[in-house]
Amino acid sequence: MDWQAIRLSLWLASLTTAALLVIGLPLAYWLAFSRRRWKFLVEAVVAMPLVLPPTVLGFYLLMAMGPRSPLGRAWEGLFGSTLPFSFEGLLLASVLYSLPFMIQPLAAAFASVDRGLIEASWCLGESRLRTFLRVIAPLSWAGILTGVVLAFAHTLGEFGVVLMVGGGLPGRTRTVSIAIYDQVQAMDYAPAARTAALLLIVSFLVLTFTYALRRHQRKPWTLI
Amino acid sequence: MDAHLNADGPHLLASAERHYRGGPAVEARFEIPQPGFSVTVLFGPSGSGKTTALRLLAGLERADRGTIRFGGVTWSDAAAGLHRPPQARDLGFLPQAYALFPHLSVAANLGYGLTSLGARERRTRVDELLARLDLRDLEHRYPGELSGGQQQRVALGRALARKPALLLLDEPLSALDRPSQVRLRKELRDLLRTLDIPTVLVTHDRAEALQLGDRLVVMDQGRVCQCGDIQQVFDRPTDPAVARILGVETVVRGQIESIVGGMATLTVGSARIFAADPGGLGWEVFICIRGEDVAVERGSAPSSESTARNRLPARITALNPEGSLVRISLDCGFPLESLVTRQACADLGLSEGDGVCAILKAAAIHLIPHD
Repeated sequence: MDWQAIRLSLWLASLTTAALLVIGLPLAYWLAFSRRRWKFLVEAVVAMPLVLPPTVLGFYLLMAMGPRSPLGRAWEGLFGSTLPFSFEGLLLASVLYSLPFMIQPLAAAFASVDRGLIEASWCLGESRLRTFLRVIAPLSWAGILTGVVLAFAHTLGEFGVVLMVGGGLPGRTRTVSIAIYDQVQAMDYAPAARTAALLLIVSFLVLTFTYALRRHQRKPWTLI
Repeated sequence: MDAHLNADGPHLLASAERHYRGGPAVEARFEIPQPGFSVTVLFGPSGSGKTTALRLLAGLERADRGTIRFGGVTWSDAAAGLHRPPQARDLGFLPQAYALFPHLSVAANLGYGLTSLGARERRTRVDELLARLDLRDLEHRYPGELSGGQQQRVALGRALARKPALLLLDEPLSALDRPSQVRLRKELRDLLRTLDIPTVLVTHDRAEALQLGDRLVVMDQGRVCQCGDIQQVFDRPTDPAVARILGVETVVRGQIESIVGGMATLTVGSARIFAADPGGLGWEVFICIRGEDVAVERGSAPSSESTARNRLPARITALNPEGSLVRISLDCGFPLESLVTRQACADLGLSEGDGVCAILKAAAIHLIPHD
């Protein structure tokens, strides 16, 4: 088994999920509660990775990261390295590719919190941020858990974008799904089968655990 | 009018509007003259904008026009683009469905708004509230495990916890069953009286308005139709719309003289009447009489045997036809309205100034305590 690829995939999925939580909580809050007229545009953009072929997304990301794009130039100026075919580039691509898997469960959970509870909190002197931490987030724990698990699992299993943006360099951008692909290409079926089985079992266990938790733990977690 | 009033204006002065696309504007236009205990009732049919008016006061709705000032501080001034959020208004708000935090225990709900206090002080305050609202045994329960009446007390306690300067109650009793409502009205009024802060209360229930209120703001289709002392509004509705909203009843204030064997004797104006005792009466009451329940007889002499307990000598002050009925306004020591058929009115040949006898069954007189 290609342990290097497995470690890389787990690390990538963890960082992607963490980054998505940081971006996702405020963005989902905005999507759930904003009354802006152009909100639907943002919703559409966030949902794009769901319908776009990964190769298309990967192609545009590659273009955007290239040395001739503003982003590529800025990155090179700051860090002295290029984004394409690097782990950082892969992380950026993964965050965008898994965005809807985090945002949509979060926004749905936030929006389903009774508005009266939020207003009651405001009238008790609590700011919007503290109301989020004390009322909205605890009551949305199931949605947050779903978002985290889906974003993690989706990143673990991504292939097309990773191939386009990462290129499959061992130890840097060769994730587990690419490792399996390479092994099959090389007619090396035995390790491919072991790696595939491992992914299958991990995915199954994570989802089982998530659904069991959602089912049995009805009481929300309190943050502060 | 005292000097304080002229110097500083009313304690609360609301004159604000909220516009809805495709709907009528809703206004919050009334005042509370003085600080200290008083209950102002926003009264009207459902859809009249009472709740929106309350939400304008709370800052949960942004006014599109006008101003709201409380205790010398401007809470909202649409022209200046000023809108204090609810967090900065120092108020206690009891929403209609209570909105208790389902993931927090009773004690945590009560202490929710007290994070600025130290842990010990917060604990003391929560214990006070638990004791005062008779919730001590329920401290560790969650809202889902409480009865409607218990939830109501927790929500009220939570609204009072921060010792607000203004209390806003949106239909505080409507989620309860009828017997609990009647029981809790008295408790609520007694509790509010101990607080020494003004309360604004929304209700569509006339008995609740009469029992809990000191001042009445009558609303219809988003507009404030009339605003004033509760007895004054019931006595002299400014227009037919107000009279319709208040209902056709005669509503007068009276005092209990005695209660014997389930029968209350009351003094009303210069008259004395008998009414069935609904229980729980204090000294002051509002007496509600439906026009349909008042019969009129010629002559003032006590005549034939009847089960009606009240025979009051009266004078006709006005006769107004209303469709197939005639509304007879009577003076029998207090103003009383009677509704009779045109036919009956014609048969008796009644006209203004006639001396008659108003007949009232004791069972048809509805008493609402107002101490």
